[in-house]
Amino acid sequence: MTSTATGGPLTAEGLGARVQAFLADHDPASTDRLKFLRARFDAGLAWVHYPEGLGGLGADPSLQPGVDAAFAAAGAPDNRPHTNIIGLGMAAPTILRFGTPEQQRRWLRPLWTGEEIWCQLFSEPGAGSDLANVATSAKPAGDEWVVNGQKVWTSLAHDATWAILVTRTDPAQPKHRGLTFFVCAMDSPGVDVRPLRQITGESEFNEVYLDDVRVPDAQRLGEVGQGWAVTQNTLMNERVAIGGGTIPRESGAIGELVKVWRERPELRTPGQHDQVLRFWVEAEAGRLTAERLGQQQAAGMPGPEGSGVKLTHARLNQQISSFELDLLGDEALRYTDYSARRPVLVTHSESPANWRFLRAKGNSIEGGTSEIMRNIIAERVLGLPAEARADKDTPWKDLPR
Amino acid sequence: MTATPVTGDLLYSEIEDDLRASVRSLLEKQGAWDAVLARTETDETVDRELWARLAEIGCAALAVSEEQGGAGASWREAAVVAEELGRAVAPVPFLGSAGLAAALLVAVGEQEILPQLAEGGLVAALAVPFGTAPGAPTPAVELRGELLHGTVRGVADAVAADVLLVPVGNDLYAVGAEADGLTRTPIVSLDMTRQLVDLTLDSVRGRLVASDAEGAVTDALRIGAVLLASEQLGLAERCLETTVEYLAIRRQFGRILGSYQALKHRLADLWVLITQARAVARYAAECAATGSADLPVAAALAQAHCSVVAQQAAEECIQLHGGIGFTWEHPAHLYLKRAKSNAIALGTPERHRAALAELVDLPGVPA
Repeated sequence: MTSTATGGPLTAEGLGARVQAFLADHDPASTDRLKFLRARFDAGLAWVHYPEGLGGLGADPSLQPGVDAAFAAAGAPDNRPHTNIIGLGMAAPTILRFGTPEQQRRWLRPLWTGEEIWCQLFSEPGAGSDLANVATSAKPAGDEWVVNGQKVWTSLAHDATWAILVTRTDPAQPKHRGLTFFVCAMDSPGVDVRPLRQITGESEFNEVYLDDVRVPDAQRLGEVGQGWAVTQNTLMNERVAIGGGTIPRESGAIGELVKVWRERPELRTPGQHDQVLRFWVEAEAGRLTAERLGQQQAAGMPGPEGSGVKLTHARLNQQISSFELDLLGDEALRYTDYSARRPVLVTHSESPANWRFLRAKGNSIEGGTSEIMRNIIAERVLGLPAEARADKDTPWKDLPR
Repeated sequence: MTATPVTGDLLYSEIEDDLRASVRSLLEKQGAWDAVLARTETDETVDRELWARLAEIGCAALAVSEEQGGAGASWREAAVVAEELGRAVAPVPFLGSAGLAAALLVAVGEQEILPQLAEGGLVAALAVPFGTAPGAPTPAVELRGELLHGTVRGVADAVAADVLLVPVGNDLYAVGAEADGLTRTPIVSLDMTRQLVDLTLDSVRGRLVASDAEGAVTDALRIGAVLLASEQLGLAERCLETTVEYLAIRRQFGRILGSYQALKHRLADLWVLITQARAVARYAAECAATGSADLPVAAALAQAHCSVVAQQAAEECIQLHGGIGFTWEHPAHLYLKRAKSNAIALGTPERHRAALAELVDLPGVPA
């Protein structure tokens, strides 16, 4: 733990005192929302484990929930974290790890306050699980780069000010070595965002076409050719963001199922009873596994369980929501609305069961497919050898496509 | 929605890590699997010498207080020992004596047997069929006059027992293993690393240990279920490790078998199940150690989950070893036999799910 200007390591009590002092100076009831959030960032009380001057105090990350709770208890506005998931979960840690001091000062504050929303331009039609296969090119032009290509599965692209972008800068190198990572302004000329309609009828995601988009070299994160290392760091944060966390008993898909089971005895059949109990056991085992992972992380021993938690979460969401439709029978045959539209953010429980059934199909694909998760576990945890592969040492331009 | 109980500590403490290291080192020296296998075909199916060594480091009564002669630890530490014994399919009466019997004697406040059991000089066993779930009825041993009559089939850890704890209606009796009229018949058991015994009581004199003991028997079986879950966890982990080691060296079609995705994915899925088994087993041990009101849920959850995981691990171990895994000379069959027996022991997964239906309010079809 770091010492601070006031001397001594930061404790929960010390942070609590700082929060109360801040609240005394900035009354949440009478201070403008953005002004309040900017001041909170400047006081180092935004993400306390970040360095001083960048919204933090170099404190232990386990102290953050206490700080958030103290602000919430005082009725303070929050930064609406659910509206900027990519920014907070992926872009910020990447900027912190690879950004220059100028880049960190420019981007982190409006990112945290939610004034600027972020998206990621990673996947392409030809680069899904094999992300290192990206074909979007960036060619140098003075102190700028000219970017051309097509990205896909970009959530929030229509709301975003900035994007984190992976490009190929040297096609003569093997695939992992010719990549470079940039930050791209989404209002740049040549950026074209088109909604991508999905299985539920809505468009949560977008396709993004990049046509001679000019990106200043000052917006490069990491060295030229170092893009794969930066990308892997970003994806590691994504998996942590999707996988872990503390959850109450019977939350999520199992909560919806047992609610119907309890409230509607007329739907129950003898054959379904043991299956409901099986799901309850699996969901509770999954919940305790996530709790244990959280305890490991809090104790400074992050385990590889995150990939497993994600795998289980995806499988159970799919199986349990499917079973809930069986339970509902005829009612499940009516869908609410397949018309093309942007989705309205509502809590899980407010969505109809068959929407949840369809949406859950994405859980085993987004953020790394379940197959990739199993490869990660088998190779990095169990130490089994990688599949024989033909693309590691060949120049990218010579690979069959 | 049911309330979420406090989770408590699901990690291993330093003391638990040290205890694990001591037990593992002892088992590596004295409990190698080929010796375990050879012992199953002798008249001495229990390794009494190993049990004496384990008792020396306190394993005979970890969760018994020091005043009662125990180690003054808790069911958390006992669960760690159970993990190690499961890894080694060790033929010692830990579950029956240090688990079921110790829990029962503590629950009824027994003073005579407990100190001897704790110091390792005496082994006790609970005289119920091994498949008895917490709360299930126990066999009808009757008191006629002052003597006990009845039959109890398939009792665990009674081979090495000096004292049998016999539920008689709502009472609990202690019967010496050599008592007149008591016949103990060891049976050829599916799991010969934990040989079961049929008991016949024909005019046997017992000592009344406690009246109104039915609840205590249920509580003891529940503690047994908690320890059994940790044993299943240890067993599953060992099966996965053995299989990974084998697939990392075995070559077919010119490739290391472990590089095939079809096999890697199966092992990855098994690893995920084992991380869950560890979480539920630790939660059950924590609930037992702290006397949590959620213990009945935690124990049923742990048994419903760990039974399935351990069996799957043992089955994958055999299948992924191919032909060698089907032979008598390879330890895989010891693990499968222990895993399948454990899945039935102290209630099948289905029984525990039925218990959960009551406990967490998920009733069946209305009558």
